This record gives sequence, C-alpha cells and structure tokens, in this order.
Amino acid sequence: MADILKRNKALSVNPLKASQPIGGSLATLGFNRSMPLLHGSQGCTAFAKVFFVRHFREPIPLQSTAMDQGSSVMGADENVREGIKTIAEKSHPALITILTTGLAETQGADVHRNVREFREANPEFADIAVVGVNTPDFTGSVETGYAATLTEIIRALVPEAKTAGTYPGKRKKQVNVLASYILTPGDLEALRDIFEQFNLRPVFIPDISDSLDGCLTAEDFSPVTIGGTPLSEMLTLGDALATVVIGASLNKAAELLEERTGVPTYSLGHLYGLKANDALISALAEISGHEVPERIERQRAQLQDAMLDTHFMLGQLRIAIAADADLLSAFVDLVQEMGAEVVTAVTSCNVPLLTKIPVATIKIGDLEDMELSGRENKVQLVIGNSHAVDTAERLGVPILRAGFPLYDIIGGYQKTWIGYRGTRQTLFDLANLVINFSHEEIPAYYSIYGQKPASELTDYPTSCH
Amino acid sequence: MKSTKDIAVLLDEPACEHNKKEKSGCAKPKPGASAGGCAFDGAQIALLPIADVAHIVHGPIACAGSSWDNRGTRSSGATLYRIGMTTDLTEQDIVMGRAEKRLFHAIKQAIDTYAPPAVFIYNTCVPALIGDDINAVCKSAQERWGVPVVPIDSAGFYGTKNLGNRIAGDAMVNHVIGTRDPDPLPEADRSNFPAVSANFKVHDVNLVGEYNIAGEFWHVLPLLDELGLRILCTLSGDARFREVQTMHKAEVNMMVCSKAMVNVARKLNQQYGTPWFEGSFYGITDTSQSLRDFAKALKDDDLTARTEALILREETQIRTELEPWKERLKGKRVLLFTGGVKSWSVISALQDLGMVVVATGTKKSTEEDKARIRELMGEDTVMIDDGSPKALLKIVHDYKADILIAGGRNMYTALKAKVPFLDINQEREFGYEGYRGMLELVRQLALTIESPVWEAVRAPAPWKVKPQSAVRTTPEEYA
Repeated sequence: MADILKRNKALSVNPLKASQPIGGSLATLGFNRSMPLLHGSQGCTAFAKVFFVRHFREPIPLQSTAMDQGSSVMGADENVREGIKTIAEKSHPALITILTTGLAETQGADVHRNVREFREANPEFADIAVVGVNTPDFTGSVETGYAATLTEIIRALVPEAKTAGTYPGKRKKQVNVLASYILTPGDLEALRDIFEQFNLRPVFIPDISDSLDGCLTAEDFSPVTIGGTPLSEMLTLGDALATVVIGASLNKAAELLEERTGVPTYSLGHLYGLKANDALISALAEISGHEVPERIERQRAQLQDAMLDTHFMLGQLRIAIAADADLLSAFVDLVQEMGAEVVTAVTSCNVPLLTKIPVATIKIGDLEDMELSGRENKVQLVIGNSHAVDTAERLGVPILRAGFPLYDIIGGYQKTWIGYRGTRQTLFDLANLVINFSHEEIPAYYSIYGQKPASELTDYPTSCH
Repeated sequence: MKSTKDIAVLLDEPACEHNKKEKSGCAKPKPGASAGGCAFDGAQIALLPIADVAHIVHGPIACAGSSWDNRGTRSSGATLYRIGMTTDLTEQDIVMGRAEKRLFHAIKQAIDTYAPPAVFIYNTCVPALIGDDINAVCKSAQERWGVPVVPIDSAGFYGTKNLGNRIAGDAMVNHVIGTRDPDPLPEADRSNFPAVSANFKVHDVNLVGEYNIAGEFWHVLPLLDELGLRILCTLSGDARFREVQTMHKAEVNMMVCSKAMVNVARKLNQQYGTPWFEGSFYGITDTSQSLRDFAKALKDDDLTARTEALILREETQIRTELEPWKERLKGKRVLLFTGGVKSWSVISALQDLGMVVVATGTKKSTEEDKARIRELMGEDTVMIDDGSPKALLKIVHDYKADILIAGGRNMYTALKAKVPFLDINQEREFGYEGYRGMLELVRQLALTIESPVWEAVRAPAPWKVKPQSAVRTTPEEYA
C-alpha cells in the first residue's frame, strides 16, 4: 500500500539505522549463558557494546575477533577459531554466535567453514553451540540482523521432528513464541503473564526479559549472559502445541521452525492496539481451548474506555514515525486505530513488510529526512529513538521515545507497550504529550485600543498552560 | 450573610424572561435530584477570569480545594487568577471565631506576596453561617493596606450557580464599576488594517458574559479593533481590574450569549443609561448579526457601512474555507444539549454547516429563545427539558443522533454509551468563537464523528462472535 521512497542522497544525516550485528547480538543475548562474537575489528564490538550498555544500563557480554591489519589483508580464519576457543576456555558459554561485520564480509570471510574447522580441531568443546551468521553492516539493519541470527540459531539447534521424535502437542501447555526485537523485557514479562492466564507455558525465543531486564543476581560478575532462553528448550520446541510469531521480520524463522517441527504457526505482526491484541487473545483461546479470562476481558474494556478518552487528543493528530519496519508497522496500526494520521514515515532499510503498511509513502532514510518531511507536513508529534529527540526539538513538537537506542531516559527498555494494558498506557502517554506540549492554542491578541496595564505589555509568557 | 430579602432582590431580575415563570433558572434546587453548581461556584466562575486580581476563597478547603484552576479561560498577560487562594478554615477557626482574623491576615499575605491591583473575597457557606462579617473585614483591610478589597458574598446555600453569577455581577456594579475613568484613547497603530482609513470615530463598548474560553475571543477582538470598537472591558474574559473599573463609560453593552449576568447590563442601563443588546459570536450568522447590532446601537452610519464590508469579506473567506468540511459533515445528526451557551446560537452554527439538529436542550432557555429555536428548526422540533443522562441517551438513540454536543459533565455519559461527543462548555480546550472559530468547530466535529474508535468500541470481542478465529497460517495436521 505504501510507496517506498528509496534513498536519494549521498550523505546520511542523523542516521536512524543501526547495523545488523547489533540486531544479531541482541538476539544472542536472549539465550542463557551466551556470548556474541563479532567478527571484525575491535571497534565493531566496542561501539555495539556501548550502544547496548547505554540502552539497557547493564553489563553486556560481547566479544571481538579483533581483526588487525595483517588478518584483514591475509585472512582472519585464525582470528575466528582462536576467538571461539578463547571464549570457550575462559567462560564455557552455552552458545557462541559468530556475527560477521562489514569488514569481515568485504574481506570474504566464511565463518561457517571456520566453525566447522573449530569443531574438528576442538572436540572437547562439542557441548558448546557455535552458530555463524552473516550480518554484514552494509546491508539490512537491527531488524534483519536479529531475524537472520534467530533463523540460524533455529537451524543449528532445533532438530528435525523425525529424527528427534518430537510431535506437536506432546507438551500440552507449551507454546513457542518467536519474539521480535520490538518486544522489550517489560513486554515479554507482560506477555508471559497473558499466556499463563490461558494456562499456557510460553517459551520465548529469544527471551531478553530473563537476561536484560536489569535484575540483580547472586553472582557479582558473569562473562556470559545470566538468564535468557536455555538452549535445552530448543530441543522441546517440536513438542509444543503451537508457535506464535510476533513480528513480520521473523516469518522466515517461523517457516523454518514449522518445517523442522510441524508445529503450527500463528503469525501476528505486533501487539500494539486493540485489533492486534484481539488477534493474540483469539489465538490463545483457540490454542488453549480455554475461555478468555475475565481479567483480560476487563483489560480490553479498560482499553476501549481509554480509546474514547484519548481520541479527542489523538484524532487527526499528524504524526511522524522513524523506526525499523516491525515497529513502524506497530505504531502505524496503533495510531491509525485512534484516528491519527501518520504523515511522515521513515525507516532504515527496505523489507517486504513496508509495502503492506497502510501509509502513503515510506522513506528509506535518516532522521534528517524525517525532520524535513515532518516540517513540510506540519507534524505535531514524533515517535522515534533517543537520537530523534533533537529532531523533535527542532520541529518544536513532543516526542514519544521508542525503539533502539533509548539512552536519555532511565528504564526505557522496561516499558510495557503491548497487551491491552500496555496499549492503554501508550495511549495515555501519547495523549499527555499532546495535552502538555502539542496543544495548538489560539495566540493571544492585544487590542490596539486596549487598557491592559503597561507593565503587562512586555515579554509575558503567551501560554497559561 | 445576605438576608432573605437581599436574595429575593437578586432573584427578581426584571431583564430576565424567566422572571415571571415558575421554572426560572434561579428556582430552588430539588433535594435528591439536583444538578449543577452552587452560588459560590457561579460567582467564582463569573469573576475568576479577571486575571490580575487575587481571588481569595474564604471558607474550608472544600470550596476552593475542589474547584481552583479548573477553567479554560485564558489571559493575554497577567496570571494571578491561576493561583489558587483560600483561607482553608480549620475547626479551631470556626469554633473559636478566628475566621475573620484569618481572612484579614490572608488578605495581607496576598497583597504582600503578589501586589495585586485588587483582592476579591468570595464568601462561602461556613463563614456565612457562623456570621463572619466579610464586608467589614474587606473594608478595614482596604483602609489598612490601600488596595481595593471587594467582598463577593456568595455562600453556596444562597442558591444556584445562576444566582451566583448575579451576585458576582452585583458586586462589580456596587464596588468596582465607576471607580475609574477610561484611559484616553491611545494613538492606535492601525497598520494591520490598511483597507480602512483611520478617519472615523472610535466607540467605547463592553462585553458582558464573554469568558474568552481557550482564547476564543481573540478570534473576534481583531475584528472589533478594525471596526474601531474599543472594548473597555470584557466581563470577565482576559479582563483586568482597571478595565472593570471603567465599564460605566461605555456607549453600549453587549450581553454575550447568556443571561447569567444580565443584571449587570440592566443596572448599567439604570445607573448610567447605557443601552444593551444580546448577541453571540458562535456561528457565522450570529457573529455577523452581533457586529451589525453594535453599529445599529451606536447609530453610526459610517460604522454600519464598514461593518457590512467587513462581514462580506469575512463571510466569503470563511465559507470558502469551510467548503471541504461541509462535505464531511453534511447531513450528520446532532443532539444539542447546552447549558450556558444559547441553543439557538449553536443551532445556526451547525445549520451553517449543513448538519441536522434533531433535538435541543431548553432547560435554561427563555421563552424568547424557544421561539427562535422553533423559527430555526421548525414547529415540531424536539425540546429537551429532562437533562438526566438516561433521558439524553434515549433521545440520542431514538433520533439516531451522530453526535451529542453538550457540557463537559455529560462527556463521560456519552462516551460510556459509545456516542461521539463535543464539549462546548467552559472547561473545553478549543475556541469556537467568531468566523475563525468555526474552523476549529468543524475540525473537532469531524475528529470525533469520523474517529475509528467508535467502531472499535462498539464491536464485540472477536471471541464473542465466532469461537474460531483464523490467524493460523498453516494446517495443523501433522503425521
């Protein structure tokens, strides 16, 4: 439905895009005792690490193959093998992902061969899962890197039903949940609660709510993730009742999972707004065979009430959104459900989902594109990450912070956006931004004959709000 | 405390058409079935927009505590009116008779801290009942500190909100109006109005009952500047104390939209001979009519000619701008249930847009209002006296209204019943006055009527309709 406007300028100004290895790392960090290993120069890892530390305010396990001049020119196979071995010896993680970078891919690295070589040379580490993923920086974004990594982890760790002897429904309560990067730790916790109300046991793949939720642990320090989906769960996925996939970006991973296990897939684009959550609840009712619990019906009615209360502020509101496709789609659906108009939509790279998003145009570009288009379209509110705060300021409109990274607020990673409750809070947050910052007031008019006291005629604040 | 006689005098308002009928806006409220505010509420609402005055509520916390800062009126400068002040009387004050003393010190504190040009004291039930003499306290405070201190004796039990409006108006006439002459006419910069030469007489006028909700009067004020009408004071939107003082010098008063402070217009007419007329700035037709009425009342042919030219220009422009919206709103059915704002004035605004008004509230309308409504809507028009939520919703359903337009307190009644709603009372956040205000009105009307949320809240949950929903993407059969 949307016209995709391709990138048409040489310079990217105030970039929206974060690269694929970031997404790949995030996916890895949702598994227990895992370690992402970026195959590139040290800087690739250092920047990624800072990116996550600022967002999650947590120590982040992340390693580098530390390519130097010699290995960049002469080949870095040894760096990969040595990197894996060092991590294996030092920390003995459950999972190591080798995520390529722009440097490694340009050089022509073959990490899959490197992994095989490592396997052959080091049988003592056979219990450590090692998964190579191609995540070059020069294509895709966080979203595609995350999806690719998850797909490769499934390919490596989920056995064929025939050989493993799994069959759908063997575990009568288990539902696999492929969770898009748009789900925060707070979202996943809320989602687990919803599943449990249907007497279902969700297995999140991956589960950053268990590893990046800001929880104090008994151990002072761990070189690898504490918490996250245990790898042993990957062997049980074939026994689940169903797989619920959240985020169009994970459809390929979901197809692979279903191909392997035969477990039926329920696809949901996101969980923002009434309709999306209705689809989730319907699916869970169907999967579990349970009635929809009263508590959920009440939350639904509360959301409807909030929709009425906030439609005055959100109706016809002109909104600009800058986000990767899954998140863009989620917000577009949410605000359109409220009668707001997405007049500016900017995303970081082209994916199949974009054409299905119901807006006139989507610009593949940066925050400068959002700023220019936003100014032209007279936007009244911006939705974007922390980098877009300055953009919103220059546009003179409020911003709802969402996406990656959120470094100028505390606890952004923990916000719950999904479910009837999360949606309700999001609507309140949006409406409050409008009331407090974006209300278009009639400018004060001073009569040319007026008798107002002389002291007032200088520099008074024009607003009483 | 006011005597029964004082109150009877206030209730007898010869300029109000309700005066001779039993069903007056000021009639006794019915225990167990009353809606609306008290006399204090009415007095405070009427005067609070005077922006540079210190408004002190003399009473326990209930009166100010649950009502301060609760109004959409806006000021172009002074902001003192937004600062809530109350004597917050305690049990000790009341039992030991210290309320007057506290009031006296409260006045001093307000003057010391904020240096206001005047202090208004609103009396409430408890001090009225225990016999505080607020007139005397105000008088001695004024003598002691040299700042005008105006008593507004508005205990809630005196009567309704409407009575409170009159008490407020009365206080202005008795204590404030006539205490200062207007500033000499300034050398006005007319560069914004190049179309008309400045070579004409500027007239001094007042608006009574204009509250500048959401700043909406600023849609109208530039037109009055252009025509050479100096507003000595709007009672009380964006007003200043020094402006209220000069109201006696106006050549004509316009009662805006409401009879609430009609006693001000009547008394100014009695005491100073100022003629007055009623008008409204809601809707194209009424805005134009009000401008014409000024010219007529001032008996100025030149002004009449300039007014007609301005009306032609403004109407042409606004009708062009409204054209795309009319398409969207045409034929939409409205149930109008207004409080202070005159029904007929909004009706004509809606009819200007091609909307159909299926029924209208007339609880506070006068006989004259009703006649006008019939004239606008036809003889068999539905007039609603029973404003209970249940009755309103029944009419909404019976007459298939697309939207309910009413005061804020009916908003959640409408929303809970999943009926689109537009707030037109004082708490609203959008200004609808004048020609420009029509654009905001249509925007708000379309916003709520066209909103997708109605569909979303009316439809049952999907699992209530069909037990199986198909988000499944592949067949579940597996060998």
